Amino acid sequence: MYRYILKRLLLMIPTLFGAAVLVFTLLRLIPGDTCELRLAGSGGYFDQSALDICRHEMGIDQPKLVQFWHFIWGIVRFDFGKSMWTGQPIVSEMAMRFQLSMEIAIVATIVAIVVAVPLGTISAVKQNTWIDYMVRAISIAGIAMPSFWLGILIILGLLIGTQYFLGTPWMPPITYTPIWVDPMKNLALIVWPAIATGYRYSAVATRMTRSAMLEVLREDYVRTARAKGLFEKLIIRRHALKNAMLPVITVIGIEFAFLIGGLVVTEQVFNLNGLGKLFVESVTNNDYSMTQALVMLVVMIFLFVNLLVDILYAWLDPRIRYR
Amino acid sequence: MKGIQVKALCAIVAGVAIGIGASGQASAETPKHGGILKYVVPDEPPSFDGHIETTFALIHPVRPFYSVLIKVNPENPSSTTDFVCDVCVGKVPEATDGGKLYTFKIRDDVKFHSGEKMTAQDVLATYQKIIFPPAGEPSARKAFFSMVESVTAPDDHTVVFKLKYPSGAFIPALAVPFNWIYQKAKLDKDIHWYETHIDGSGAFIFEKREAGAYISGKRDPDYYIKGRPYLDGFQAIFAKKESLRVQAIRGDRAAIEFRGFPPKSRDDLVAALGDKITVEESDWNCVLIMTVNHKKKPWDDVRARRALTLAVDRWGGSKYLSRIAIVKTVGGIVFPGSPLAATKEELQQLAGYWPDLKKSRTEARRLLKEAGVDLSKTYYLNNRAVDQPYKIVGTWLLDQWKQVGLKFDQHVFPTGPFYAQLRKKKDYDVSMDFNCQSVVNPLVDVSKFISDDRAGNNYGSYQDREVDALFDKMNRTADPAEQRKYMREMEKLTLDTHANAFITLWWYRIIPHRSYVKGWKISPSHYLNQSLDNVWLDQ
Repeated sequence: MYRYILKRLLLMIPTLFGAAVLVFTLLRLIPGDTCELRLAGSGGYFDQSALDICRHEMGIDQPKLVQFWHFIWGIVRFDFGKSMWTGQPIVSEMAMRFQLSMEIAIVATIVAIVVAVPLGTISAVKQNTWIDYMVRAISIAGIAMPSFWLGILIILGLLIGTQYFLGTPWMPPITYTPIWVDPMKNLALIVWPAIATGYRYSAVATRMTRSAMLEVLREDYVRTARAKGLFEKLIIRRHALKNAMLPVITVIGIEFAFLIGGLVVTEQVFNLNGLGKLFVESVTNNDYSMTQALVMLVVMIFLFVNLLVDILYAWLDPRIRYR
Repeated sequence: MKGIQVKALCAIVAGVAIGIGASGQASAETPKHGGILKYVVPDEPPSFDGHIETTFALIHPVRPFYSVLIKVNPENPSSTTDFVCDVCVGKVPEATDGGKLYTFKIRDDVKFHSGEKMTAQDVLATYQKIIFPPAGEPSARKAFFSMVESVTAPDDHTVVFKLKYPSGAFIPALAVPFNWIYQKAKLDKDIHWYETHIDGSGAFIFEKREAGAYISGKRDPDYYIKGRPYLDGFQAIFAKKESLRVQAIRGDRAAIEFRGFPPKSRDDLVAALGDKITVEESDWNCVLIMTVNHKKKPWDDVRARRALTLAVDRWGGSKYLSRIAIVKTVGGIVFPGSPLAATKEELQQLAGYWPDLKKSRTEARRLLKEAGVDLSKTYYLNNRAVDQPYKIVGTWLLDQWKQVGLKFDQHVFPTGPFYAQLRKKKDYDVSMDFNCQSVVNPLVDVSKFISDDRAGNNYGSYQDREVDALFDKMNRTADPAEQRKYMREMEKLTLDTHANAFITLWWYRIIPHRSYVKGWKISPSHYLNQSLDNVWLDQ
């Protein structure tokens, strides 16, 4: 097992290198650069020499290979440098945002698991009953409904509802407060986007749980367990659910990694200062150093989550123990 | 006599230049101390250095930390000619030596937040950086001060600006709200220090910046205007999405947004909150320009270019677009509220502004035919991926040109690729461009229309020495009547005779805010009147 983990960790290196080549090349295909945007972006006057100096300071006038080498050398030393747009260290720019994105991802995942696993299981056990139809309708609605749209509805609903019932419109806070500073304020902000994203997330996981459970419930070992006279609850919990969890964990893992950097529109709807928003801004501002750092961070998260999922596989199913 | 007439004209224009809202009521009330003003800002600034940046996203959260030499009168911000001292003493000085010498006395009670006293040497170092930056150092407003020969500080309380020639553009250029006074010692040590740090002498002391989230400030107890600021502090919250900013005001997470909302958002807020919302409106010193690519056929032909502007119904557009977009006022190359702007009668003499639309479009069709413009071809309109008002005005233009048989495709890009297309690639036939200024300073603002080898921000690829000559003459006379005469000639050449570039509609600023925000008055620019020392909360 340890050898397997080590092998997987080593395999991350070429994957990260490939991602680095890709992001470096793609970014430079976007017309314009951050200097031009800063100087011309508001229509103000500037001369060519100012542009040249800015490019020199940013290092974007150097040959592409030299720029790439600096980028790779930075990754090796875990030094992502400074944002080309704000001039601030990238690590400090990302720190609070990472914390927020991670918190949303965790809460949304909890919402998804708490909703999806019981609903998917009930839906499978009560197949083709009104309960199953209802769960399926709810989960299909969740898949069909974009999270950001649900987010807009939630905010409008809160504003209109509170104005109607309390006389004063209320909406979630629009600035982030860490949970250890003010837990209530933190939750008042986090819970709504977590519901908006968690609903879609749970819908996918519910569908997956249901189909996996249906498959497992038809397995011979479940029939054998029933023939032995085991309680139905025990059969479902110990024999069926554990085995049905494999594909569900894969979905949960992928969705979790996606939530860290992919909540671009939902973050804007709730004014969450997360990594998704930063991603869009850095691409829009041609901030190469920040975009590169973000891509590498997200790639690393995906790789680690995948590794974790594989380890969980082995824990859940002894047949998949790797040597 | 001429002077009196011009002053009277200024007063009338200033009065008419709108400033609806509660501004009158606010002055009658007694300000209350305390409270934190929370407001939303649509963007985050790239750096903190006002001398190199040009975006309002820097002004809104950072201007309250700094003081300036002179500023637009915060009690009369809709005036285009009313300036007052900030760190100078008394009134804004009159020029001496035939209009070429300005001597400013500096207050001796101004302190930087780091504790050092501000002297004339700091003001001198600031203006040296802005006007005569070291080789290679950027300065966004260096060109505004082309009339300045030297700046000196004979003692710690006096700053002297010597001009090469008398210029009406000098005082407005000094009042630009980006001209923050920096400490000489810090600049001497590192000229880039202010790009990443804040240390001003304004009404508020920098407290915290949370990257991407907000910038906050707290009251400076040693602020040189006694009793100010009224607020205990402020929090400028960055919120990109317009609907979120509107909802934030509705849900009282923010009290105001200082840039401007479209009419629909104003109506929604008023409908939801009634008298808890106060609306202030003003003409806006921003305009979308149609930049025609003179290097591309058939637009190298003045007839084809004139047809483009003749096809556009500005008077009708003003009426209908102003219901959905932040544009409204029909104007020429000068901000409509300025004494140097064309009157309606003068505008109606220019191609594209004729009152008879049918005649205008018939003439456009004739010119297109005469110039041999291929009407079966689809032309390229370069536009920026910003709804308000770029995409709305762009879509409107497509329809206007269609009326005379011209087909355009609108290519919409995010800001980076949009500017790369506008400035470098130049594949377009027509591109949207904009001119957005702070202090209304027409003599400098219209520099966008002079030849591209002289103006750093003219992307039309043309040289027009007649226009350049008029621009120079206008800038070298202190006589407002003469300035106005040259301005009309320059406008006629630019928009009509030579048809170099075109104005669409001037923007219209709408600020719906929580009624408990008092003391703030709308101005013709979202860059102005943002020191916040005069703002208070009626709570």
